[in-house]
Amino acid sequence: MQLAIIGGGPAGLSAAIQAREEGLTDVWIIERGKALGGILNQCIHHGFGVHIFKEELTGPEYAQRLIDKAYSLGVNFAMESMVIDITQDRTLTYVSEAGLVTAKADAIILAMGCRERARGALGIPGGRGVGVYTAGVAQEMVNMKGYMPGKRAVILGSGDIGLIMARRLTLEGATVEGVYEIMSHAGGLKRNIVQCLNDYDIPLHLSNTVTRTVGTKRLEGVYVAQVNEKWQPIIETERFVECDTLLLSVGLIPENELSKKIGVALSPITGGALVNNRLKTSVPGVFACGNVLHVHDLVDYVTLEAYLAASNAVRFIRGENAEIASIPIKALEGVRYTVPMTISPDENSCTISFRSDGIYESATIKVLADGEVIKAEKKRIIIPSEMEQITVEIPTVVKEIGIMLHCI
Amino acid sequence: MIELICISCPVGCNLAVELNDDDIKVDGHKCMAGVKYAKEELKNPTRNIATSVRVVGGDMAMLSVKTSRPIPKGAIQAVVDAVHQVTMTAPVMIGDVVLADAAGTGVDVVATRKIRGNVFK
Repeated sequence: MQLAIIGGGPAGLSAAIQAREEGLTDVWIIERGKALGGILNQCIHHGFGVHIFKEELTGPEYAQRLIDKAYSLGVNFAMESMVIDITQDRTLTYVSEAGLVTAKADAIILAMGCRERARGALGIPGGRGVGVYTAGVAQEMVNMKGYMPGKRAVILGSGDIGLIMARRLTLEGATVEGVYEIMSHAGGLKRNIVQCLNDYDIPLHLSNTVTRTVGTKRLEGVYVAQVNEKWQPIIETERFVECDTLLLSVGLIPENELSKKIGVALSPITGGALVNNRLKTSVPGVFACGNVLHVHDLVDYVTLEAYLAASNAVRFIRGENAEIASIPIKALEGVRYTVPMTISPDENSCTISFRSDGIYESATIKVLADGEVIKAEKKRIIIPSEMEQITVEIPTVVKEIGIMLHCI
Repeated sequence: MIELICISCPVGCNLAVELNDDDIKVDGHKCMAGVKYAKEELKNPTRNIATSVRVVGGDMAMLSVKTSRPIPKGAIQAVVDAVHQVTMTAPVMIGDVVLADAAGTGVDVVATRKIRGNVFK
């Protein structure tokens, strides 16, 4: 195969569409599930496609548009096929109905998405009764399977899926006692605080966390407490909240087990591959896009990133993408990470995505080339839960690009 | 001044709204959807709602559905309760009407997912 795309969610589908539109003939999506569209299928709420399709769609509708387009363009699909190994020379091994298959690809795009951080990663002590779920698992139960996880829920973490599940459970007749967030600001989008919590009078307790669970067979309740600035629970504030369900919405982790097997270098901050502005990883011919690269807030940005990865994979296959030394992009003051992390010196301009390390009001985003400001952009507010992007012209001679936040 | 967060799109602009009798002045919006939202939110707040209903004869247990346009905030629970009484039969196409004039709002609830009918293997 010319191009092998691992994963048939929004990133994989968008990459396949772009590769076909640029005239590549032999494009494959290898998907482990039965259905294309990935996690969009369980995201039945509105809010997808505002940038790409200029209308507000639900997750399944956004997925279907990509699926229809990929089919009409003649993308090949290997369904219920799980890639178990990829070597540095881009030989893939996957398990499918046909048994164990090996195939060599001219280029590979990693588009495996991300997974939820689960209870084990938090180390909440207490009873191990039934009723503790990640928000995404509960979302699949309610929206796809038609089961309710419980009648009275507490939600830990204010990520978007947690907020959306607070509304879903309420509409389905359950009581959501409250959302508890260890940080001093919400993890999810502002619009979701408004339309998922405020609309239903569900309280959001910032700087609060769950300290213990109670119940050996079934969850009977949780203890919650305020936290200090070091996120340590203040024991005097601990109180019991009765509930039969605890949903966790405490972060997403790029799914890079396969990338590690190939030997792709990963960022300890994003959990995704280190990439240059062409979304090329440290392994030649291997590209990454979507939530496997870094967790996005909006699927529209995933699609745009996938288009870029596919264009560059096509250029690589056609031998137009020479390997050259890269200029590092440094996350300076106020910036937690950037994607990409390096840039090719022959590029004229580059869009840099980044997240801040805290809340910054009336801040200026400054891009520096060897210490000199080459672009400044003012923002009313910058918060870590919302990805920022800035496009800059790259000077012809430069050793290092830096990006920082400056508050007046 | 009233502070609102625009929910028209995921950007979520912070709006500062000034209300002088019938005149509404909006600031902080990045696009005109913000002005429209602020005016509607103060007069007649509406929301889009999505849920899922049972579907028989297909390869899925549940069919995702949505309101075809925003409904008044006060009618949300009534619409959700009404649509939950419906059981659909596959095949279903995106846009198929699941419940017309849901709970008297004049708004249809439509399918957002394609579900194939059962095929004998």
